[in-house]
Amino acid sequence: MTHPPASIAGAASNPRLKLSGISKIYPTVVANDRVDLSVRPGEIRAILGENGAGKSTLMKMIYGVTRPSAGQIFWEGQDVQVTSPAHARSLGIGMVFQHFSLFETLTVVENVALALPGAQALDELAERITEVSTRYGLPVDPRRHIHALSVGERQRVEIIRCLLQDPRLLIMDEPTSVLTPQAVRKLFETLRQLSDEGCSILYISHKLDEIRELCHTATVLRAGKVTGECEPARETPQSMARLMIGKELPHCEHSQAAASGEVRLRLAGLSHAADDPFGVDLKDIHLEVHAGEIVGIAGVSGNGQQELLRAISGEEPLAERFPVQICNVEAGRLKPGQRRKLGLCFVPEERLGRGAVPGMALADNALLTASHTQGLVRGGLVDAGRARAFAERCIEAFKVKCGGAGAPAKSLSGGNLQKFIVGREILQAPRLLVCAQPTWGVDVGAAALIRQALIDLRDRGCAVLVISEELDELFEICDRITVIAKGRLSPARPTAQTTVEDIGVWMSGLWPGAETDEPLAAPTPAESLHA
Amino acid sequence: MDANLFTSMLFATVVAGTPLIIVALGLLVSERAGVLNLGAEGMMAMGAVTAFAITHHSGSPWLGVLAGMSAGMAMALLFGVLTLTLMANQVASGLALAIFGVGLAAFVGKPYEAVALQAVPPIRIPFIADIPLIGEALYNQQLLVYFSWALFWGLLWFLYRSRAGLVLRAVGESPASAHAIGYPVIRIRYLAVLFGGAMAGIGGAFLSVFYTPMWAEGMVAGRGWIALALVVFATWRPLRVMIGAYLFGGVMITQLFIQGSGLQIDFPSQFLSSLPYWATIVVLVVISRNVNTIRLNSPLSLGKPYRPDA
Repeated sequence: MTHPPASIAGAASNPRLKLSGISKIYPTVVANDRVDLSVRPGEIRAILGENGAGKSTLMKMIYGVTRPSAGQIFWEGQDVQVTSPAHARSLGIGMVFQHFSLFETLTVVENVALALPGAQALDELAERITEVSTRYGLPVDPRRHIHALSVGERQRVEIIRCLLQDPRLLIMDEPTSVLTPQAVRKLFETLRQLSDEGCSILYISHKLDEIRELCHTATVLRAGKVTGECEPARETPQSMARLMIGKELPHCEHSQAAASGEVRLRLAGLSHAADDPFGVDLKDIHLEVHAGEIVGIAGVSGNGQQELLRAISGEEPLAERFPVQICNVEAGRLKPGQRRKLGLCFVPEERLGRGAVPGMALADNALLTASHTQGLVRGGLVDAGRARAFAERCIEAFKVKCGGAGAPAKSLSGGNLQKFIVGREILQAPRLLVCAQPTWGVDVGAAALIRQALIDLRDRGCAVLVISEELDELFEICDRITVIAKGRLSPARPTAQTTVEDIGVWMSGLWPGAETDEPLAAPTPAESLHA
Repeated sequence: MDANLFTSMLFATVVAGTPLIIVALGLLVSERAGVLNLGAEGMMAMGAVTAFAITHHSGSPWLGVLAGMSAGMAMALLFGVLTLTLMANQVASGLALAIFGVGLAAFVGKPYEAVALQAVPPIRIPFIADIPLIGEALYNQQLLVYFSWALFWGLLWFLYRSRAGLVLRAVGESPASAHAIGYPVIRIRYLAVLFGGAMAGIGGAFLSVFYTPMWAEGMVAGRGWIALALVVFATWRPLRVMIGAYLFGGVMITQLFIQGSGLQIDFPSQFLSSLPYWATIVVLVVISRNVNTIRLNSPLSLGKPYRPDA
C-alpha cells in the first residue's frame, strides 16, 4: 500500500494541499489572517512561528476540528470543505496532536481501533500495529494500557494510528517537545522514510535547528499572518528568527558562578512512594543546591519531576524530617507556608490552578504567596493597597500584558501569566527558588527576560533550582546539570563539562553508576519493588 | 432453615434486586459516557406512575412497561436538553429532576391511589424451574427479572466487546479527544442519557405493576438513590452492580424476615432496617478498593460539561 514513485515525480506542479486566503476569526482575536500555503507530495514543510502565532489553529482547520471563517482549501486540486476529523482522515490527512488525543484507560490497540473507520477485529489490528511499528522503527506493545506508557511511546502510538490509515498528508504538531534528543533523531528517520514514500508532512515547530535539519521548505507565521517562506537549509537560525519574531534572537548574559556559598537546599536520600497509582515513586534522591548557583534538572516529563517538586514545596509532606533540608532546617514534615517562611519560593508547573487561582485578581494572586515576605497582611487584615502595589511591580518588571492588577488571572494569556507568576516569586527575593518550566509557553523575548532574571537572582546570592524539559534552556543558564529518570536523580555535573548528547543519554536513565533495574522501554511492573 | 423458607427468601431477594439492577445498569451507561444524572429517583417515579396508569386503563401490563419506559426517557430528554445542549450544571439539574419527578408523579398519581391492579402471573421456564431449592426461586419469575439478566449480559458484551461500547468509554474518559478524532460527543451522550432514562422508567414500572401492583406516593422509596450509589461503589462495572443489587435485596429480605418472625432479639428495628444500606456499601467498597482498578474504570469526565468548539 505504498505510494508509487510516480506520484513524487509528477508532483512538482500539483500541490497535494493548497490553502488560499484562509482566515479564522474568534470573537476577541484573529487567529489566522488570509494564510496561503501549499504542500507537494513528499515534501516536508515546516510551519514556523512562536506560541500564539496561529500555527495550531491553522492545522486544526486542515484537519476539520474547526472551520475557517473565510478562504478555500484545495485537496489534490479539488476545492473541499473539511467538515470533521473523520472526513479529513477519509481524504488521507492524519494528525499527531501536541497534546495527545489518546485515552489513558484503554489499550493501545483499542485506541487505534477508535480512529479507524468500521468495526475492527482487535487481534488482527494488533498484528497490523506490530507490522507497521517494525517497518517504521516505532516499537510499541499493542496490548498495553496507555497510562503505563512513557510520553515518547504515546507519541509512537499516535503516529502509528495515523500511519495505519495510509495518510498522504501527515500533520505533526510540535512533536519533539516531549522527546529526548536521541528519540528526536529516530523520529526524523521515520519522517524521512515517509517522505520518500511520497507522504507530505506539515511539521509545526518553533525549534529552528530541527527545522533546518529536517524540512525541505518552511512557511513562517507571525501573529496569524504569513511573514515569509524559505528553504531552511539555506537560512541561518538568525535569519529565520528574524522572520519569526521580527527581530534578532535575544541572548542573556551568563557570567561564571561565584564560589560556592552555603547549602540552601539539601535532599538527603529522599524517597517517596507516589499516592497516585500512575505517579512516579521517588527513589533515594541526593542533591545540594548552594547559594549563588543555578542547578538544572533535565528529564523527559513524567519521570518524577512533579513528585519531586511537590516533595520540595511541601504540597506532599513526607513522613520524615531529614530528607528535605531548606536553609539548614530539616523541613520534610513542614507545610508549604512554613517552608516559604524559611526563604523558599517556588513556581509550579501548572500555571492555572496551582500557580494562580484563575478567577482571582492578580493582586489577590500576589497576596497568596507574598503575604508574608512583603507584609501584605497586617493584624489579620489584608492591606489591599500594598498587595496591589506589589502586583503592579511584578507586572511592570516582567512586562506582563494585562488589564492591570485587578484583572483576573484567567484573562491573561498563558505566557503572560507565566511571566507574572515567575515575577511574583523572584521579586520576593527568595533565599532558595525552585522553578518548574520557567519559560513554558512564553515567547522568545520574554523567555530571555525570565532567564536573565534568574541569573541576576543567582548573582545576588540566591540558590536556584530549575526543572525543565528544554535542554537548550538548561545549558544556557545552569551552572550544574542533573537528570531525573524514573524517579532517580543522576549525579550533578558542571554544565561546562557536559554536552547535550551526554545528558540525552542520561535522560533514558543510563548515567554512569546508575542502578538500571531494567532496560529501556521494557514493561515495568516490578519497579516499585525497589522502593 | 427449612428448604421452603430458603426458596422463598431467594425468590424475594431476586425480586427486590431486579429494579435496582435495571436502573443501575442504565445509569452505568450514562455515567460511562461522562454524564452524571442524579435524577434517577424522579425518572423511576414517573416511570412507575405512568406504567400503572396505562396498565390500569389498557389492561395490558406490557403496554404499561412501554409507557413507563417512555416516561423515563422523556424525563431523561429534559435532563439532556438542560445539561448537554444548554450546558447547565449536571449535579444541580439532576437534583432538580429528582425532586420534580417525584412531585409530578405524586400529582399525576392522585386518582390512582385507591386502585389495585391484577397481579401478573410469573413465567415458568420448563425443566430448569424444577431444580430443587433454586429452580422455583430463579426460574418461575416475572419476565422483567429475565430481562434484567439479559440486560446484564448484553451490557457486558456492549461495553467490552463492541465498538460502540469502546466509543462510549472513550467519550466518558476524554470528550475532547473523542471529538478530536471525530466522534459526535454530544449525540453519544444524549443516547446514553436516554438509555439511562429508559431503564429507570422500566425499573419504576416493575415496582408499580409487578412488585406491588399498586400506586402510592413515595413508593419508589429511595431506590433511585440506591441505584446511583451502587454504580459508584461498584466502580462502574456491571458484575459488581449485580452483586451489590442482590446483596442489598438479600439483606433487605433477611432483615424483614427477622423482624416479621417475631424472634426476640435485642436490636432496635431501625438498626435492622439500616442494615441493607451499609452492608452493601461496606462490601462494595471492600471488593473495589484497589486504586488501579478504580482509576481504570471510572469515567474521568464524569459530571463535567463538554462543549465542542465550532
